[in-house]
Amino acid sequence: MKALTWHGTKDVRVETVDDPEIINPRDAILKVTSTAICGSDLHLYDGVIPGMQAGDILGHEFMGEAVEVGKDSTLEKGQRVVVPFTISCGGCFHCQVQQYSACENSNPAEKQDMSASLYGHPMSGLFGYSHLTGGYSGGQAEYVRVPFSDVGPIVIPDHLEDDKVLFLSDILPTGWMAAENAEIQPDDTVAVWGCGPVGLFAIQSAIAMGAAKVIAIDHYPHRLELARQLGAEVIDFRKTDVREALMEMSGGIGVDAVIDAVGMEAHGFAIDNMVDVVKQKVGVGADRASVLKQALLAVRFGGKVSIPGVYGGMTDKFPTGALMEKGLQVRSGQTHVQKYTKPLLDKIEDGSLDTTFLISHRLPLDEAAKGYRNFKEKQDSWTKVILKPGMAAK
Amino acid sequence: MNQHRSSTVGIAVGLGLTAGGVLLASLARRHKGGRDSAPGYTARRIPGKFDVTGKTVTIRKPRAELFAYWRDFANLPAIMENLEHVEVMDNQTGHSAWSIKAPAGNTVRIETKIAREVADELIAWRSVEGSEIATEGRVMFSDAPGDRGTQVTLIIAYQPPAGAVGKAVAKLFIREPAVQARHDLKRFKMLMETGEIATSANRKDETRAAQQEKKS
Ligand SMILES: [Zn+2]
Ligand SMILES: [Zn+2]
Repeated sequence: MKALTWHGTKDVRVETVDDPEIINPRDAILKVTSTAICGSDLHLYDGVIPGMQAGDILGHEFMGEAVEVGKDSTLEKGQRVVVPFTISCGGCFHCQVQQYSACENSNPAEKQDMSASLYGHPMSGLFGYSHLTGGYSGGQAEYVRVPFSDVGPIVIPDHLEDDKVLFLSDILPTGWMAAENAEIQPDDTVAVWGCGPVGLFAIQSAIAMGAAKVIAIDHYPHRLELARQLGAEVIDFRKTDVREALMEMSGGIGVDAVIDAVGMEAHGFAIDNMVDVVKQKVGVGADRASVLKQALLAVRFGGKVSIPGVYGGMTDKFPTGALMEKGLQVRSGQTHVQKYTKPLLDKIEDGSLDTTFLISHRLPLDEAAKGYRNFKEKQDSWTKVILKPGMAAK
Repeated sequence: MNQHRSSTVGIAVGLGLTAGGVLLASLARRHKGGRDSAPGYTARRIPGKFDVTGKTVTIRKPRAELFAYWRDFANLPAIMENLEHVEVMDNQTGHSAWSIKAPAGNTVRIETKIAREVADELIAWRSVEGSEIATEGRVMFSDAPGDRGTQVTLIIAYQPPAGAVGKAVAKLFIREPAVQARHDLKRFKMLMETGEIATSANRKDETRAAQQEKKS
């Protein structure tokens, strides 16, 4: 089959590799019909995530048709499903309390040591996201092996086309959980850093949850325009002093909740970035956390801090004082996707959520490398790229 | 408060491993004197010629089910690194021969017997005299809080073997016993909680089982 494989920093290629097989009884094999490139795939593309090996197949946002099922899978051949990027067994303590992204059984035993020493506990398994999270092949391919196929994949009714439901795999639940983690109350003013896909969906979710005002912060004009169309007020951080503006726009109190939908890839948000960039080049080092630092200063006393943006290492000069003195509440984590797929599918089906506005490009799988390059370099206009393995190359 | 732990003391009955037996039993319980409530094997320095490692996992299954799986030693190659085959010669005494993969196609055979057994709570085993590696292990099962299942603790003590074969085996089998015990317990947990052992392999010939098969 054909698959998008990683070979080093800014080096991804479509190659021919072996088709996957059923290995465990609960597995299924999908024929991939749509798969997206994610902002967090750019961390892999930029080479800032450790534990990558040449030839790894990327892609954690995908859907497709079951073409083979293991004897304990509950899927049937021919069913169309969207697959959560978090691989979860459904039976461990964390899965039982719906903290699916902390599943204890999905990262192979012999691959748990690196993340355990980094974080104190091993990461769970994720599709296409380095050997830190299990080394599972991703879905930017013609076929993919899906473990625990009785727990993760959600069956999609025939009348809903791929483009409407694909984002259930990651960014829609991630934006939704980011807003949920901000525990939004009806009077709240919420500031969201980053108008990438997750930021935009967090804005959409915060508005759906009844926030009085949502303020979006970015510098790409088109992305700010999308945020405005969703109902947000916007700040261009290149033109405006963000902290001062947020104080004024929240009546001098400070915003009630902040959402960092940028993570360690913050660029241009502050001068101390440069220090962090240098350190990051040395290895798993300092995350560039200028957005988070800014958010902790902007949020009001007793405010809520939600971090869907990805961080992997450590941060220098973290404002611990602001965290404690202001009595902040911080919630974060990889998304517990399986908890959200059904309720969000219902919202898509009844028309109350439409996420197709985000899609800017649809490419055949053969043009995946071009998709990565443009998604990275033309962030303003390439808002979301979907790869279609079934689409003929131009 | 030490009642349960101290019931595991006193398994050391003869056969050349007395020192290890005493050590293992004492390490399984908590420190005396109330200075510290951590298990003894987590101490920063463990004196003596036996190397000891201990690990605990919580498994969402009843004690009896986990005990029964482990008590059938023939099951263990499915979860244990480098353990090729276990032949149970006498189920009553637990007299078993463990075939462990060694470099250059060699296999090391260790014969063990059950030293102590408490149904649904504890299995302790020990190598018989003349084994290539002197080793002793115990696995303990206790109820986890609420409905979290069972806490399973595996403790293994072994005497680093002498001689060329011993050294080679040591490299493979016991180079990083703590890491290995952790992996073994994680696989046990996976198998019990999910019915399978997680792998990111895409092809049957890339799995751990297939790789082991290939090497033999
Ligand atoms: Zn993603
Ligand atoms: Zn789980």
